[in-house]
Amino acid sequence: MSVMDQETSVTADGRTIGGVLMEMRNISLRFGGVKAITDISFDIREGEIRAIIGPNGAGKSSMLNVISGFYVPQEGEVWYKGAVRPRMRPFEVARQGIARTFQNIALFEGMSVLDNVMTGRLNHMTTGLLSQAIWKGKAEQEEIENREVAEKIIDFLEIQHIRKTPVSRLPYGLKKRVELARALVAQPSLLLLDEPMAGMNVEEKEDMSRFILDVNDEFGTTIALIEHDMGVVMDLSDRVVVMDYGKKIGDGTPDEVRNNQAVIDAYLGIAHD
Amino acid sequence: MPEQLLWGMEIVMNGLMTGVLYALVALGFVLIFKASGIFNFSQGVMALFAALTLVGIMEGRVPFSHLIKAVSGVSVHHFGWNVPAFAAILLTMAVMVLLAWLVNRFIFRHLVGQEPIILFMATIGLAYFLEGFGDIMWGSDIKKLDVGLPEGINDTIDEVTFNLLGYGFFIDNLDLWATFVAVLLVIALVMFAQYSKHGRAMRAVADDHQAALSVGINLNFIWVMVWSLAGFVALVAGIMWGSKSGVQFSLSLIALKALPVLMLGGFTSIPGAIVGGLIIGVGEKLFEFIIGPMVGGATENWFAYVLALIFLVFRPQGLFGEKIIERV
Repeated sequence: MSVMDQETSVTADGRTIGGVLMEMRNISLRFGGVKAITDISFDIREGEIRAIIGPNGAGKSSMLNVISGFYVPQEGEVWYKGAVRPRMRPFEVARQGIARTFQNIALFEGMSVLDNVMTGRLNHMTTGLLSQAIWKGKAEQEEIENREVAEKIIDFLEIQHIRKTPVSRLPYGLKKRVELARALVAQPSLLLLDEPMAGMNVEEKEDMSRFILDVNDEFGTTIALIEHDMGVVMDLSDRVVVMDYGKKIGDGTPDEVRNNQAVIDAYLGIAHD
Repeated sequence: MPEQLLWGMEIVMNGLMTGVLYALVALGFVLIFKASGIFNFSQGVMALFAALTLVGIMEGRVPFSHLIKAVSGVSVHHFGWNVPAFAAILLTMAVMVLLAWLVNRFIFRHLVGQEPIILFMATIGLAYFLEGFGDIMWGSDIKKLDVGLPEGINDTIDEVTFNLLGYGFFIDNLDLWATFVAVLLVIALVMFAQYSKHGRAMRAVADDHQAALSVGINLNFIWVMVWSLAGFVALVAGIMWGSKSGVQFSLSLIALKALPVLMLGGFTSIPGAIVGGLIIGVGEKLFEFIIGPMVGGATENWFAYVLALIFLVFRPQGLFGEKIIERV
């Protein structure tokens, strides 16, 4: 089933996919003479799980960094919620409701899990420094509300037992989950996951896949993810963008992509079948 | 009670209060180090600069008056007004915030991601610049600073101890005030770092820049905030030291006393800075009292550094510092 042409649609498993949330128009990104991304366009619809795949060095991470504002493309426009996004710094992009995780985990190692997750709520804290000191009640109320959201997400991702543990002591798989929790508590309009399954064993991968599906299902969060593991991507996502050498070579549902000759040549062509 | 013991007690109390002042300076170091990983060598000079500016504003001195005279021959030294202490302190704080912004904008923003040693060198440069700048701006004469804090012997303590023990303790009112202010400041800083929104953001920035950006923290804002906080602590330390011994350029040397304090307490610990300061304050006074006469005195000049050296050998992370574990 294609969702490309309709305003809203319902997937086979009953989730509603809305209109276009984000659109990349003719994005090109260069580092000096190296072309990381060449003239790529695609969109992300509300409520869907959108994957960006491709071989090593295809420019996937660069694309995610463009979306999250860490890289500024030389050409092209980023449309978000129906308007062109002006040039922004990463923290401003985050404040617009775009949360992300990192390929090689960027957590606050010195803080506890709970503190890490709470940093995700920073932009939902409206009371400033002075009012926090003066109207203690209001600030406390806000802290309690933020804590509730954080605890809910912590429960949801099944990391209650490590709430007070310093992050530096956690194994890799759990760190990935904490990072996801921190991104989720921001209640983002768009959640970006940079290789959420990288370096995980089969069991951890299954857990993470389940969490990604549950998040999308439960909160209706729009998710864009980059992943190496083809099997996982095909099971998870509604639509897939395929990149190779910085160019888009395929875009569509997992089935469409699977049967796309250019994709097979570039990526799946060497599959051992 | 034997007289020697009473003298000892008095010395300990005076040592504690000197220690509080050491701790105040050390606190400025710890704050910046925790939040940005920068060891700020210029903390002592910042205290000097803050004190100079405060005196200058209070007495209505014309900044750069020597420079103006040298360039244009116009001799104006005073505006002819005096600013009340409270307003002058607020104005000085505004100057320190401006300084924080300038330091971040023109130095540390360009050094993001550089090695710690580079950042450290930059703060040494900043220290010398600020010292010279303070000299040009306000002149190098020793200035008296009086913000209205009570000075001299505290009569109540003198009387009470005299009645109880038969020996009146000599405690300076200024030291009492310094202790009180320092305790308040430390409580406020700890509360701020642990429980406020910006405190949490500050700790986050110290830990991981990328991650901080991804949760929507404005790095530049936090850095300016941290340098402003350090400026604030410097101002408090400058007021206390300046009231005690006059505002003079040797004030910047108290920063050197903060180094052994930090080695004792650990570079990353706010309580460490306080306990370290107290230990050094009491230690050097007692040492001078007990051992001093045997070696010809003047032990206060070196005691702190020797103590720090011993700590470096046996407990390099300090009393409260994060334990250094090297995984092989």
